[in-house]
Amino acid sequence: MVEITDVVCSLCGCVCDDIVLEVENNEVVKVKRGACSVGKAKLLGHERIKSPMIRENGELKECSYDEAIKKAAEILYKSRRPLLYGWSSTVCEADKVGVELAEDIGAIIDNTASVCHGPSVLAIQDVGLPSCTLGEVKNRADLVIYWGANPAQAHANHMKRYSYVSKGYWTAEGKKGKKLVVMDVRKTMTSKMADVFVQVKQGKDYQVFSALRAILRGHEDVVPDEVGGVPKAQLLEVASMVKEAKFMMTFFGMGVTHTGARHNNIVNAIQFTRAAHLHTKANIMPLRGHYNVAGINQVCTWETGFPFAIDLSRGYPWYNPGEASATDLLYRADCDSAMIIASDPGAHFPGESLRHLAKIPTIQIDPYANPTTEFADVVIPAAVSGIEAEGNVYRMDNVPIRLRKIIDTDYLPDEEIVERILTEVRALREKEGE
Amino acid sequence: MADGELLIRNGVVYDPINGVKGEKKDICIQDGKIVESVTNPKVIDAEGRVVMPGGVDIHAHIAGGKVNAGRIMRPEDERKGVEPKTKVCRVQSGYSIPNTFATGYRYAKMGYTFVMEAAMPPLLARHTHEEMVDIPILDNAAMPLIDNNWMTMEYVKSGDTDLLAAYIAWIIKATKGYGVKVVNPGGTEAWGWAKNCDLNDAVPYFDVTPAEIVKCLGEANEKFEMPHSIHVHGNMLGHPGNYEVTTATYDLVKGIKPYRDRPAMHATHTQFHSYGGTTWGNFESKAGAIADYINNNDHVSIDLGSVILGDTTTMTADGPMEYSLYQITGRKWTNHDVELETGSGITPFLYSGKVSVHTIQWAIGQELALLVKDPWKIALTTDHPNAGPFIGYPIIISMLMSKKRREESAEAMHKAIFDRAELPSIDREYDLNEIAIITRGMAAKTLGLAEHGKGHLGVGADADVAVYDMSPEERDAGKIQKAFLNTKYTIKAGEIVVKDGEVVATPPGRTIFVTPECDDKLMDEMMVTLKDKFDKYYSVTFNNYPVQDAYLPHPYEIKAPWRSS
Amino acid sequence: MEGMNVRLISGRTAVQGQNLDSKLTEKYFDEVAVCNLNGNDMEKLNVAKDDYVKVTTAYGTVIVKAKQDDGNPEGLIFIPMGPWCNAVISGDTHGAGMPSFKGVDATVEKTAEAVLQVKELMRTYME
Repeated sequence: MVEITDVVCSLCGCVCDDIVLEVENNEVVKVKRGACSVGKAKLLGHERIKSPMIRENGELKECSYDEAIKKAAEILYKSRRPLLYGWSSTVCEADKVGVELAEDIGAIIDNTASVCHGPSVLAIQDVGLPSCTLGEVKNRADLVIYWGANPAQAHANHMKRYSYVSKGYWTAEGKKGKKLVVMDVRKTMTSKMADVFVQVKQGKDYQVFSALRAILRGHEDVVPDEVGGVPKAQLLEVASMVKEAKFMMTFFGMGVTHTGARHNNIVNAIQFTRAAHLHTKANIMPLRGHYNVAGINQVCTWETGFPFAIDLSRGYPWYNPGEASATDLLYRADCDSAMIIASDPGAHFPGESLRHLAKIPTIQIDPYANPTTEFADVVIPAAVSGIEAEGNVYRMDNVPIRLRKIIDTDYLPDEEIVERILTEVRALREKEGE
Repeated sequence: MADGELLIRNGVVYDPINGVKGEKKDICIQDGKIVESVTNPKVIDAEGRVVMPGGVDIHAHIAGGKVNAGRIMRPEDERKGVEPKTKVCRVQSGYSIPNTFATGYRYAKMGYTFVMEAAMPPLLARHTHEEMVDIPILDNAAMPLIDNNWMTMEYVKSGDTDLLAAYIAWIIKATKGYGVKVVNPGGTEAWGWAKNCDLNDAVPYFDVTPAEIVKCLGEANEKFEMPHSIHVHGNMLGHPGNYEVTTATYDLVKGIKPYRDRPAMHATHTQFHSYGGTTWGNFESKAGAIADYINNNDHVSIDLGSVILGDTTTMTADGPMEYSLYQITGRKWTNHDVELETGSGITPFLYSGKVSVHTIQWAIGQELALLVKDPWKIALTTDHPNAGPFIGYPIIISMLMSKKRREESAEAMHKAIFDRAELPSIDREYDLNEIAIITRGMAAKTLGLAEHGKGHLGVGADADVAVYDMSPEERDAGKIQKAFLNTKYTIKAGEIVVKDGEVVATPPGRTIFVTPECDDKLMDEMMVTLKDKFDKYYSVTFNNYPVQDAYLPHPYEIKAPWRSS
Repeated sequence: MEGMNVRLISGRTAVQGQNLDSKLTEKYFDEVAVCNLNGNDMEKLNVAKDDYVKVTTAYGTVIVKAKQDDGNPEGLIFIPMGPWCNAVISGDTHGAGMPSFKGVDATVEKTAEAVLQVKELMRTYME
């Protein structure tokens, strides 16, 4: 039995990097400390796809990696408008090959930000983002706000490592010296911990942001007695907590990206932060869901200029979210093949988008079988990044951390799979003498 | 034709480091290096054309967290420079913040072969390296920020220069960096509380002044055989009247004896630090005062930070300055404070010839070049992209070489240039030898890269060569600008990468990093304090912090031993 | 639409997250093929714990198991993110690039129909 320290968790955007594992006979047998229940489940592993498969007459039949990769390359090569989607649960090294492949075949390359924090990216493109690394929050923040998010369930180590429960340089007392405000449409495990819980009427976050901005800018007189289900008295209370804070940190989640005003909610959240900044140091950060969704945004941006929904079919990068986002493409039946890697649209896309996915040739690259497997015509099982393959990832605050390889495996890493598909595509092109 | 042999025949060569000032000369190349002679080479005809070593850029923001944050924030900038892929080139995008591929191609087309990434937040070093690996052709290096770091400030407070040196050694090694970068010392830590610092203000909680930080870093840097000086973006950048803070900052290292033939401080994007007046209303150029200082002292070198008119993106580790800029323009603004170390701010900015302040800023960058007598003290930069994108270098070259062009430009700009700047009264014109100095020779020397083969064409140097499609007698500013934008040939490590202004090959560049060597006992003592910081305050573990070898597929190491006395 | 008018939202839960890599298991099914309602709403619908409810929106209909969560205000139902919730979510993002995963008008009614397993649910998209 070997104990391995400084293991980096490859599940959520927290990217906790102080995990301690026990490994025996090339298997992770115990998570000694550092991981939350969700990370622990990831690290201990689940039942795997046993072999590459190709669908024949409706049934998935086992085959070799070579055969599956060849078939995948054929599909993509013949495709006129391929979609390469996912990328958020793999490493940057694989992402880079993905962009190269997308460029080579003129594909649209999109990632899970489209159904998650895409609106946050759009907001950043409108107004920018005043933010910081998580250690700044740990060391300085005495007012922590979670808006439209439930970290107790979705980012379970977040408060312990980075924000409310954590202890840092100017926050040595932990919780005692801090205030936690939770804004949500319902009571959750997170709201239970709050000093102040503000229950917002579903879909009315935009108005609440505006009201707080008005108060912080000295215009409380224009704010009515109730905004978005929140009594004015409570809005005034939150505003004075902001004014009295030394360092205010807002974290936000799908509660504001998924509803009503979408990216406009986030613009307003950022402007609320700016209004707070007139009184105190104020930063804001999206709670990225997957451990490397920030990474695929980073790689796509430095390589193509744009963070997601990039259409390379013209031979140059074309960015128009809402047109080339994966769900839109599928909804409009505007792609004729799909390669799904490190993500699960079968589970996480609206049903209406899945009808088209069912019709088009689909390649799945993933360690695990999931709803997307039902649509796959080629299944290529991958090594688990962070356990069986190493590589670079970006935490939710864009801090780059390297995942470790803990055990050996016969499964191919994502990077190699995509690399081999690209090589095969190029070979096909050369054969046809183009 | 023998493998790896190249002959550049009959060019007019400007190789200032070797004293070659426009001589008709053959350049012989074999296996990526300059050699005395070749036997059976491929021949490049450079008859009647200007030949220089590959350009060496001493300061540009091309790779890393804030650069990419700028890209993400500005799809409108990315859309400006979109170019389709070719058989040789990947897709390109961007104007003031090009994507990594465009960065490599466009620099190479201008004849540049080395770029120094100006500021690398140590915690985010992996990001800088990931992007540098994706920049084709160019050799590169990056300077880690070491001035707002808690470890630095604590050692400055206790006066432990040796331990500070140990920390410097550790950080440069851990980030695979090149040297000590200083940006708004103390002020960016204060920005963690939405505050800032002037040169002699105490940093909140750490109780040291920026002046003390600069001086101690200057001293600690010279404990090693460091190739480069401390590289300083001083306090109060961009503020009217800041020229006095600037010269006071220079004074701090006056008594420090550098280890080698270079200054004790390289002061960067000096244009932003050469301001007179007290408000934007009476804002004026103090380039003359700064130039006087540089002319009368040898302990500081500068680079210009010269303005290119038009829309660009500002991005620096000077968080508070970026916030003030955003408050002036009301445009979008991104901020990213980095725990225990530094911060950054990014906001777009439009330099307009119709605005008095911008016109004076535009003049200052050129005044500095024209008023400083010795070109060996100057490098040409635009602090890309802060004062303008690097693609504008040829514009500045043509301005410095042509009084006529300066006059024509000034006519179309704000009248303030005539009474609050000096440029219209300056007749001096740069010659090609001086241009070669400020675009390659000086940078290679000051960075300590000349003896590692950069910036010159002596035997043994890297075969990085630029052939400009221009006669050395050319005086037409427009033709000069055109020639410096797209080379006739760019050769990198002996391979032709650009021909007739088109990229024809995209070999990867190397990342050059420095390994300062430090006494084990000193290192161990420093580590105790450092590990304590990781245990208590950092959000990543000590073991996960250093940049792993995988991030430098093409490394080049320079050792910096501890100096015995 | 028959049944009680509600607002539907979706989101993460810890158990859903623990089974991100095991979506074909009982554990995932038990956690995610679920509609969480305020107890008063359940009373109004005459629905007890583990009864099935039919949730209908303009985009589709899905059968899930009912669970009580008094953290929800009345009139707000929560189905964990996943295949069952997505059966009633629109693919039209109105040009914003983001589907409406939260804040969808829906009706809920008690039903005797069975909950589809994941694979069966995926097959409904293939018809």
